[in-house]
Amino acid sequence: MTDPQQQAVLAATGIHKRFGALVVLDAVDFTMGADEAVGIVGPNGAGKTTLLSVLSGAFPPSAGTVRFKGGDVTAFPATQRCRLGLVRTHQVPKPFSGMTTFENVFVAASHGAGLGRDEAYEEALGSLKLCGMLGVANRRAETLGLLDRKRLELARALAARPTLLLLDEIGGGLTDGEAGELVDTIKELRRRKIGIVWIEHIVHILLQVAERLICMDAGKIIADGEPQAVMADPEVVRAYLGGGPK
Amino acid sequence: MSAASPSPIIERGTATSRIAAIAVVIIIALLATAPQFLSAGAVDRMTALFIYVILAAMWNALAGFGGLVSVGQQVFFGLGAYFAIRLADAGLNPFASLFVSAVIVGIVSWPLSLFMLRLRNGEFAIGMWVIAALTHLLVNLDRLVQGETGTSLISLNVYDAGTRRTVIYWLALASMTALLAILFGLLRGSTGAAIRAIRDNEDAAASVGVRVTGTKRLLFVLAALGIGIAGALWLATSITFQPKTYFNVQWTAYMIFMVLVGGIGTFEGAILGALVFFLIETWFGGTGVWYLVGLGATAVLFSLFLPRGLWGTVEERFGLHLLPVGYRVRLPGNPATALGDDAPLPRQTTQHQEKA
Repeated sequence: MTDPQQQAVLAATGIHKRFGALVVLDAVDFTMGADEAVGIVGPNGAGKTTLLSVLSGAFPPSAGTVRFKGGDVTAFPATQRCRLGLVRTHQVPKPFSGMTTFENVFVAASHGAGLGRDEAYEEALGSLKLCGMLGVANRRAETLGLLDRKRLELARALAARPTLLLLDEIGGGLTDGEAGELVDTIKELRRRKIGIVWIEHIVHILLQVAERLICMDAGKIIADGEPQAVMADPEVVRAYLGGGPK
Repeated sequence: MSAASPSPIIERGTATSRIAAIAVVIIIALLATAPQFLSAGAVDRMTALFIYVILAAMWNALAGFGGLVSVGQQVFFGLGAYFAIRLADAGLNPFASLFVSAVIVGIVSWPLSLFMLRLRNGEFAIGMWVIAALTHLLVNLDRLVQGETGTSLISLNVYDAGTRRTVIYWLALASMTALLAILFGLLRGSTGAAIRAIRDNEDAAASVGVRVTGTKRLLFVLAALGIGIAGALWLATSITFQPKTYFNVQWTAYMIFMVLVGGIGTFEGAILGALVFFLIETWFGGTGVWYLVGLGATAVLFSLFLPRGLWGTVEERFGLHLLPVGYRVRLPGNPATALGDDAPLPRQTTQHQEKA
């Protein structure tokens, strides 16, 4: 909050997403500044992952626009958005199974970050080191366990040199110790001025990083603001505890 | 944590692979001089082997590395031969026609890729077969080809049989060497890593900045060009062109056989598979229908007991890599590297390995 120059790095306006008759996102507006860390919570089916997919370009919204670094990127596919610095991880890890851990990350460094060979090696090794994966660098990704697959999602996204990183439940299923390491890694990314949007069910680890919290329910943003205030919001409490359609 | 730890090293080759690279150069040099020692029949057989290697390597690149499984690659084989006939008929030197024809096949494959690459998996595989069948019918309409009666590369007859045989042998050897070198260079570079990433997960590849469609298109066109050369060379060895022989799905079946037996997704595997297929054909090709039964049975046995093929199994058991396209990270000192220190990584050294 030191910098009042709140230049929005990412701005999504009037986002609707329908799959057939099912409305998953309903008029979502979301704006964030560069170097912000935003947490997203909400019950299952609230549309969190769908929002992330629309932001990252995995699929286009049914209506609405996405602007990144001042330009309209709504029509840009994921490849182009990644090259601009908007990179996501996947909730269900999607490793390149037949390639080694290092090769997975190297692809992101050489194509996503657009680096030449030697720089890409360096970037890939740096990401693996930061995520604690150097020891499994030569393992084929298909032999990795779930924890390492989640780490690989993060390492691979980092190697693409994001300015804004969209994280989708990378903390799911971690022990307290592992979650602590993950928080340390993400704090390191904050020191490197990488913006973070993080969807997470494990609220207590999310709150160690997020400076702002958003709660979604049934395709809408129902609360947005200072994390403790959002968690105390009666509507948020109802969405979690009194869940289900009214 | 006392001194700055030395950085990991990225290795591309191994001691064995450097020896293999030298061996490859020697083998190619020996093959180049072979027509002086071999009988006419043996020269023809070797030419066929080179063509098989091209076919296997191209299908392997497409399916094994790129995940683009096609059962219609005979379309490019047939077109390679057909365009050569057309070009020679228009007065071009028959040998030049072979290569100009392959270039045209590559050019034709580009617009074809625009709609074929929108299809995925099974749709793409069968779609390619449909394209092949359709192209076969269209070629039959050409009066020059006279339907299934076919025609010949007559202009090749101005050369005497001995010269013709040797020149075609050398052209086939040179084409095989050049295509394998191009393929190896491509697959070993960062584009190769992108190609394998697309095979493993297209969405994830796009999300880390890989240009999915463009990369697939490059591979598709290269495979079309290579198979086009193979078709044109086959025409040169057999002179006659009957559409149903060239546009026959058996060609793709052979490619699949060679790649599955040799080891899909390994560079060495396709070459080994072509050699195995060539030997089976040489020894049992005269036994008629039993030869085909034997081929089928071999394919079934391999898919049941050695699903990774001969070379895939060797690689897994012995960690042997002769022509590796991957990357190995060698950690300095003890593999349990200390983590957490944030010192910038010093420059990486890389080891290069050249291939002919």
